[in-house]
Amino acid sequence: MTQTLSGKDIAAKLETQFPGSILESSEAGILVNSQTLVKLAAYLKTASGFELDYLNYVTAVDYYDYFELVYLFTSLKHNHSLVVKTRCYGRENLTVPSLVSLYRGADYQEREINDLLGIKFEGHPNLRPIFLWEGFEGHPLRKDFLA
Amino acid sequence: MTLKTEPFVLNIGPAHPSTHGVCRLKARLDGEVITDLECVFGYLHRGIEKLAEERTYTGIIPLTDRLDYLAAMSNNLAYCLSVEKLAGITVPERAHYLRVIMAELQRIASHLIAVGAFLNDCGAFMTPILYMLREREKILDLFEMASGQRLTYNYMRIGGVSQDVPEEFLPALTKFVDEMPAHIDEYDRLLAENEILLARAKGVGILPAELAVNISAGGPVLRASGVRWDIRKADPYTIYDRFQFDIPTGTVGDCYDRYRVRVLEMRQSIRILKQALEQIPAGPSRSAVPQLVRPPAGEAYARIEAPKGELGFYLVSDTSIAPYRCHIRAPSLINLTALRDMIVGWKIADAIIIFGSIDICMGEVDR
Repeated sequence: MTQTLSGKDIAAKLETQFPGSILESSEAGILVNSQTLVKLAAYLKTASGFELDYLNYVTAVDYYDYFELVYLFTSLKHNHSLVVKTRCYGRENLTVPSLVSLYRGADYQEREINDLLGIKFEGHPNLRPIFLWEGFEGHPLRKDFLA
Repeated sequence: MTLKTEPFVLNIGPAHPSTHGVCRLKARLDGEVITDLECVFGYLHRGIEKLAEERTYTGIIPLTDRLDYLAAMSNNLAYCLSVEKLAGITVPERAHYLRVIMAELQRIASHLIAVGAFLNDCGAFMTPILYMLREREKILDLFEMASGQRLTYNYMRIGGVSQDVPEEFLPALTKFVDEMPAHIDEYDRLLAENEILLARAKGVGILPAELAVNISAGGPVLRASGVRWDIRKADPYTIYDRFQFDIPTGTVGDCYDRYRVRVLEMRQSIRILKQALEQIPAGPSRSAVPQLVRPPAGEAYARIEAPKGELGFYLVSDTSIAPYRCHIRAPSLINLTALRDMIVGWKIADAIIIFGSIDICMGEVDR
């Protein structure tokens, strides 16, 4: 069984090293400040005991007041996983740092989020539309997009 | 005298037999050697994730059929597991076994197409794939018995399966399971040591293990690179912890390894089917679940080892009859991430088989 790492334990372990970067934690996972996401992910990817070397998926959900990005990381070595979330507030000019430099698996998925939800990923090498045609207006997976 | 040559851009697809659907590969060529490559998607984008937000939880099951339409049973299973996790619904014993039987039959059917189409790409045009379609046809007959459909089955339901299998299903499945190993032996006799296949596929399109993990590859693509990771073993769902089977892996991660892992996985699926046939109990095939499921507010992610890799559904519920958000973790899309790395430096003819060896379904890539 893949063990789900408790967000509370992780927050307690990382608080001294990354002060203020974990905003909330629960048994299900952690919510982090988007500015420290890359630093935190880089640490969790290599630090012994975590070694979360596999990014299962990244997706985003529109909650009107904010967009929540959800990452699921797994360690193939330890067979444990961790849910990391981050939020960006507002409706326009949304940016989140890209994880492509650490996990290339995020490449197409971040492009998809940019395309369908309109969140820009800073540092992504090629953030062009992936499914919609160039010049398509709007972001269909947003809740205020009427299909 | 030196000749000045211009780089040449070649469009492969979107409608090309070797792109296995409507995918466009933009290749930059130097002579016949590919120096850069870009995949262009979106030709089959139907917005299934958006459509799901406007349908009831049960009404989404037919949509999942249309993701990877060569493995509709697997999609049904992943989605139903996800809703069951979200709503805390249990499934009767017999339904668990029927689901495993369908999922493993589907794996064999999908791998048969993958291997057959791959050999088509290699230049063994139409002969090997007809052997494989012959066996796939028997699986489709079994699915037709159970669900009435041959491609988009819509067979599984939240809390079980739509209906129990008819009387003649289990005897027909026993016959299939008894006959299939001989057919796989036949493929091996024809192909495993075939000089053309070895020359075309050995050492071609190598995906190193480290890169395979970094791009979040899954399924046979990941295992062919030597990473022993199978969700049926690593994070068993339904009742996979009751069955004995091995995880075949490759060594170098070339096209031949990916082909070989799929053939070996078919043998393991037969092993699972045999055990499931011995153990399957009588009883109800579906638990009492209301037509309109209203899961409590929250979120759930459930995943399965689909024929093409990790297939998962991330669902968010706001207690209404439709999901607030339905994200599909599509293995076909993510497995393509490293295609450029695998293809650059090879010739056009090799690019076709490297692309084919990944085994994608555009219905799942574009969604």
